[in-house]
Amino acid sequence: MSIAPSTPTPVQSLVARPWLQLAVIWALLLTVPLWLPLLGGYTAIAARVVVFALAAMSLNLLLGFTGVLSFGHGAYFGLGAYGAGLFLKYVTASTPLAIVAGTLLAGVSGTLFGRLLVRRRGVYFAMVTIAFGQVCYYIAYKWDDFTGGYDGLRGFIRAPLDFGLFKIDIAASGVVFYFFVLFVFGLAVGLQALILRSPFGRTMLAIRENERRARFLGLPVERHIWLAFSISCFFTGLAGSLYALLNNFADPSALNYVMSGNIIMITVMGGMRTFWGPLLGAVLFVMLQDYVSSMTTNWMFFVGVTFVLVVLLFPRGLMGVLQKRLGA
Amino acid sequence: MLELVMFNLTNGLIVGAFYVLMALGLSLIINLSNVVNFAHGNFLAIGGYFAFTLTPYIGFWGALLVSPFLTAIFGYAIEKLLIRHVYARNHIYSLLLTFGLGFILQDACRYLWGPSPLPLGIPDALSQAVTPELFFVTWYRVFMVVVVIVAVGGLFAFLRYTRVGMRIRAGTLDLDTVSALGVNVAALRSYNFAVGSFLAGLAGVLAAGQIGLNPNMGDDLIMPSFIAIIVGGVGSLTGTLLGGLLIGIAAALTTVVYPAGAEAVIYVIMAIVLLIRPRGLLGEEGMLT
Repeated sequence: MSIAPSTPTPVQSLVARPWLQLAVIWALLLTVPLWLPLLGGYTAIAARVVVFALAAMSLNLLLGFTGVLSFGHGAYFGLGAYGAGLFLKYVTASTPLAIVAGTLLAGVSGTLFGRLLVRRRGVYFAMVTIAFGQVCYYIAYKWDDFTGGYDGLRGFIRAPLDFGLFKIDIAASGVVFYFFVLFVFGLAVGLQALILRSPFGRTMLAIRENERRARFLGLPVERHIWLAFSISCFFTGLAGSLYALLNNFADPSALNYVMSGNIIMITVMGGMRTFWGPLLGAVLFVMLQDYVSSMTTNWMFFVGVTFVLVVLLFPRGLMGVLQKRLGA
Repeated sequence: MLELVMFNLTNGLIVGAFYVLMALGLSLIINLSNVVNFAHGNFLAIGGYFAFTLTPYIGFWGALLVSPFLTAIFGYAIEKLLIRHVYARNHIYSLLLTFGLGFILQDACRYLWGPSPLPLGIPDALSQAVTPELFFVTWYRVFMVVVVIVAVGGLFAFLRYTRVGMRIRAGTLDLDTVSALGVNVAALRSYNFAVGSFLAGLAGVLAAGQIGLNPNMGDDLIMPSFIAIIVGGVGSLTGTLLGGLLIGIAAALTTVVYPAGAEAVIYVIMAIVLLIRPRGLLGEEGMLT
């Protein structure tokens, strides 16, 4: 505890001022193709960060802002990926429609599943979401001739955006595709911010803080949780469909509970009660994953150790630690 | 046809018995500590590997007796070292912790015992078929079912008649009161975790004798165990027992009619149970929801 009031450090003023924070985040995101190569990175990895950030921020609507524990969001991420991939492969080569298809597939499935689980809480809720996630995994895994089974879904490629008057070629250039992903990300998280500011968003927070009190106030808690779950699944599916477009490939491991664990890890590592925390978590996670898998075959060990250390030592995540340390 | 049905029925019984052993251990830990142990399948693998290492020295029978206890000690240590730190926190942390722990243990097994499958030698007498007509029923399979029955009976007797067992049951119902009555809840949870690990270790030895060992042998068993618990109802050990047998046998009988749907039927059962009886078959309303 410092006694004399000191002038805030740059980081302090950053955390304290949301608008400044927003400006810095977007400035960094928009200039990625300029500075990332200087650090030895490549643009595809930045696109991966943004995709995982979107998935984690979507999960965070539930985890951090409604206080509901889904351990099955890998399923909706994967459904988004398969939805987009299958659409491009079997229906028509249109990227925007493929994204819509993936998002709808994930969102609608999530909404239907959600109906079965809204009355459960805590670990029971988590277990049921895991089990439902595995259903999707098995379907993708077993239905060989349609989904490609174990080898994953190949044979589709993201199509250039055709606006009639002009075309944007997201297929050939990684940088153009990155900006496309960033554009979708911007729209999605903007929408998420609006949802959180709406009366519905406030209700989500109320349920997180004290479910019983929210119930006594006459709020239909189950319906709100169902809606929050559904919204979260739509957004996660959107992230998944971008993931398929990024890789031109959808594999069953995107549906697995390991993917669910990774998305949760990204959220927790970044800070699960903060809006931008998951973005920070995604940066860390993708860097770690890239680095460790290039260094050793025992990547599972290192990822596991990271999980354990984060849980035991940094449960608030990076953003949470920053906010607390700097008293914002 | 009858033979096919019989074959799958015995198979289902055996698979169900495994689910029961796994799921009972998981269920014990969930009921008392509210922790879903994702690494439970890895405890199973470790039990199997302990038996593999011990068998050359003390034989199969010795390993069968000793390695579940070693697994229990290992579980006890893990609980003291890691898991007890997250009891007071949001459930998300215990899930992430055991999830990460599972990764670590799986890679550790791969590092210590190698990535390729290993066989666990079982006594010759057990590998014989019971009768020539029922060639698929080896004595080992009969033996497994008997061991599971004994273990489950032992567990229920332990919970019913011993002091620790009674406290575990009481703690499942109302941990605050148990704590207020002067029971050391932290120690109780450690013992309970050890008992759960013991069951996983036992399942590991039995499974290793049937299907051999590999570092991720527990992965295929963990999800059905979750479902056994959900179907049976969280909070009820009898429910878990019932759930495990039900899905084991249902999956096996589905194999007779439509082999590709064997795994799917487990999930269908879960969905039906959740639809018509959300708390699970024997789960009580208001418990751990």
